[in-house]
Amino acid sequence: MDLRFLNAEPTDTEREAVDALGTGSARDQLLPALHAVNDRVGWISQGALNHICRRLNVPPAEAYGVASFYALFSLKERPPRVVHVCTDLACRVNGAEAVCDALTETAGAAGFTWHRSPCLGVCERAPAALAFEAGDPAEERLLAPATPEEIARGTFDREEAPISVPQQGEPGLRLLRRVGVVDPESLDAYRAAGGYAALRNALVLGSAGVIREVTDSGLMGRGGAAFPTGRKWDATARQPERTRYLVCNADESEPGTFKDRVLIEGDPFALVEAMTIAAFAIGAQKGYVYLRGEYPRALRLLRNAIDVARERGFLGENIMGRHGFSFDIEIRRGAGAYICGEETAIFNSIEGFRGEPRTKPPFPVEKGLFGKPTVVNNVETLVNVPLILTEGCEAYRRIGTERSAGPKLFCLSGNVRRPGVYEVPFGATLGELLELAGGVPEGRELRAVLLGGAAGGFVRPDELGLPLTMEDARAAGTTLGSGVVLALDDRADLGGFLLRIAAFFRDESCGQCVPCRIGTVRQEEALHRIVGGRKLSTGGDDLALLREVGQVMRDSSICGLGQTAWNAIESAIDRLGALEERT
Amino acid sequence: MTIVEIGLPRRLIEFTVDGETVRVPEGSTILDACTAAGKNIPTLCYGDTLEPANACRVCMVEVEGTRTLVPSCSRKAEPGMVVRTETDRTRLSRKVVLELLGSATDLSTTPDVAGWMTECDAEPGRFGPPAAPSSDRDERRPGEHEIPDGMTAATVRQPVKVDNELYVRDYGKCIQCYKCVDACGEQWQNTFAITMAGRGFDARISTEFANPLPDSACVYCGNCVEVCPTGALSFKREHDKREDGTWDESRQTATTTVCTFCGVGCNLTLHVQDNEIVKVTSPHESSVTHGNLCIKGRFGWQHVQNR
Repeated sequence: MDLRFLNAEPTDTEREAVDALGTGSARDQLLPALHAVNDRVGWISQGALNHICRRLNVPPAEAYGVASFYALFSLKERPPRVVHVCTDLACRVNGAEAVCDALTETAGAAGFTWHRSPCLGVCERAPAALAFEAGDPAEERLLAPATPEEIARGTFDREEAPISVPQQGEPGLRLLRRVGVVDPESLDAYRAAGGYAALRNALVLGSAGVIREVTDSGLMGRGGAAFPTGRKWDATARQPERTRYLVCNADESEPGTFKDRVLIEGDPFALVEAMTIAAFAIGAQKGYVYLRGEYPRALRLLRNAIDVARERGFLGENIMGRHGFSFDIEIRRGAGAYICGEETAIFNSIEGFRGEPRTKPPFPVEKGLFGKPTVVNNVETLVNVPLILTEGCEAYRRIGTERSAGPKLFCLSGNVRRPGVYEVPFGATLGELLELAGGVPEGRELRAVLLGGAAGGFVRPDELGLPLTMEDARAAGTTLGSGVVLALDDRADLGGFLLRIAAFFRDESCGQCVPCRIGTVRQEEALHRIVGGRKLSTGGDDLALLREVGQVMRDSSICGLGQTAWNAIESAIDRLGALEERT
Repeated sequence: MTIVEIGLPRRLIEFTVDGETVRVPEGSTILDACTAAGKNIPTLCYGDTLEPANACRVCMVEVEGTRTLVPSCSRKAEPGMVVRTETDRTRLSRKVVLELLGSATDLSTTPDVAGWMTECDAEPGRFGPPAAPSSDRDERRPGEHEIPDGMTAATVRQPVKVDNELYVRDYGKCIQCYKCVDACGEQWQNTFAITMAGRGFDARISTEFANPLPDSACVYCGNCVEVCPTGALSFKREHDKREDGTWDESRQTATTTVCTFCGVGCNLTLHVQDNEIVKVTSPHESSVTHGNLCIKGRFGWQHVQNR
């Protein structure tokens, strides 16, 4: 490529930040390079972008298009200190607006900038903020729960609160059995607690045997789409193309979801082992963990786990002494874009392109990352795999129900007494789950439950008998989605809550297709009219308009973001009668 | 007319469109097949010389057994597929997609769209009066946006960018079909002067850091103008004549000839109004250019009429 560069040179600091990466010179290093500059300087200048583009042979305009796609990057000069205040669903319910009000008054004087942020994934400790300070090294810390005064100071002197898993130490836990109990930084502790027995079993079973076990276990994806994992692996393993990739989708950004963060922070070796088993099964030599950029502690702990596993022969060449079995894992940090959790947008993001979803077909099992057959699995899905290989598929299958097998994690937040990640077998009822979390606070009444996240739907207090399985949720016209259970009590401002959902989808649309790019805007505008009790002079029926736009977003958007952007609002109208009194 | 490259002999596959059995060469898209069967499916982002971006979603059809509608321009026809182009779902989708586009974008220079709007009773006005034009679209950061009050409909209206003598960018007309990006980038020109920047409703075509074109990598081949379906990109001469009200396509003739600047033999189509060249395009079906030209062929014609 014969590229033309503008007359803008990097500063020595910018040059150092990029050169220190020391990795390859291919385009897929674009996202890490942008992070390097943004981390070190706090923003990305024209000179810095030029330097990156020269090194990676990327056209500057394209690199600008990529950098401007992600919310964590700035292309304008700003102070090194930036605070992202979560104003999303759970934080909203727990006082995020008071935090913003405090910042509006004080931030300017304190010499830092702040932004409103979509869900930071610490809903159990809402309200949350992510404090970020550029430098060498850059500092990044989640403050949660955060007081307005504390965030207004923008200080970094507090240690992050420990992971809270309310069931910690209870017998019978599977997915959470080590979380909060076993030292997440120690491979020996992990092995003493049963770690790497599953990989040993996998090596005995052979690739086809592992795929058979996973298929027979009935494991379905836990990221929201519930696709049978064994079938996905099998289809990939059967591809004639020999280069295959494994991608762990850890871009957990669905508002109200934080289970993958808890798993990575509490049991990172389990994810490394699970990925190694998956790679062995499908014949992948390289795996990526696409980790959302807002999870600093998960990044640190997972990085440690991968390094230690590699040192000890659990990653790299001839793993566990198995001749010819080589596999390694690279962590890719996201940079603030919900859409990058879409299975094909992940590929574009890793490859150094804008995180826009690709058209399917072709599906990832056929043409995925770098055009090669690829398995994409969510963190929770993968962490089930070692269980299957130690307990056996039959025993695993007996957990849960006939069609929804296994244990399931749910993220409880909002107006509940003990928010956190809970593990129950599929088939527990919604009421039982809320009971585990202590129900709504003293003296309050449950108004509604948002099930499955912003892309999910509302359930009424008289529907708490709903068994939490894929099939029962579907039959009831809702979805378990990514495992969100967000309770709203009778104080909740439901209209404001719906407006936040609409704003979320508008903010997070990639903008590629018309129904989503413009539809999410029209949805938000119409909701503002309805909630505010206003009408256009044309006097149109805004509920009918919402339904039409919603239907077309669902039918004609390229990917799941646009297709689900109307779900929660529709269910609030149809199941809760939410907007009736206003129209 | 849609051109399906014949290439090596290919198997014919059979499938159904609106109840009729259609046989098309393997590899054809649903759109190819429908066009061949005499159906008229509207498209905006479809580029006859470009890979489908399938971003506009105007050409959606129903395929039996799929959960959502599918873009006919990019989905390959498969044996036994049952396709419906005129159902309640496809009609609603086409209507609302056109309304969404029409409410956010100035489609006054987009060929055919007014007719499609009438056919499907599209009323872009029902989303409210358009919001005032903005001058900050090139700088909007991704994510958090200004909260609307709902009483006006957000649009992409913005000042026209006139920063060079050859072509004009009026992004208030841009539907973000990616055709200019694809033509400038890896599909044809390999110049990579422009890209999609930002995201969501704030996504926009941009140079790096939104620098003016003369400071960008642009080589003024004009191939982006050639493929633009809405007039968001137009030749300066055309833009000026539209501004002063003297642009009149009914008085224009188009003559295809061979470019004389070098030996390649590119075909040029000279658009002449009142005995003056007002625009140069290139036939898309030309096996030499596929509609592409260089700066000389596209813009170097003033000497012809220096009298």
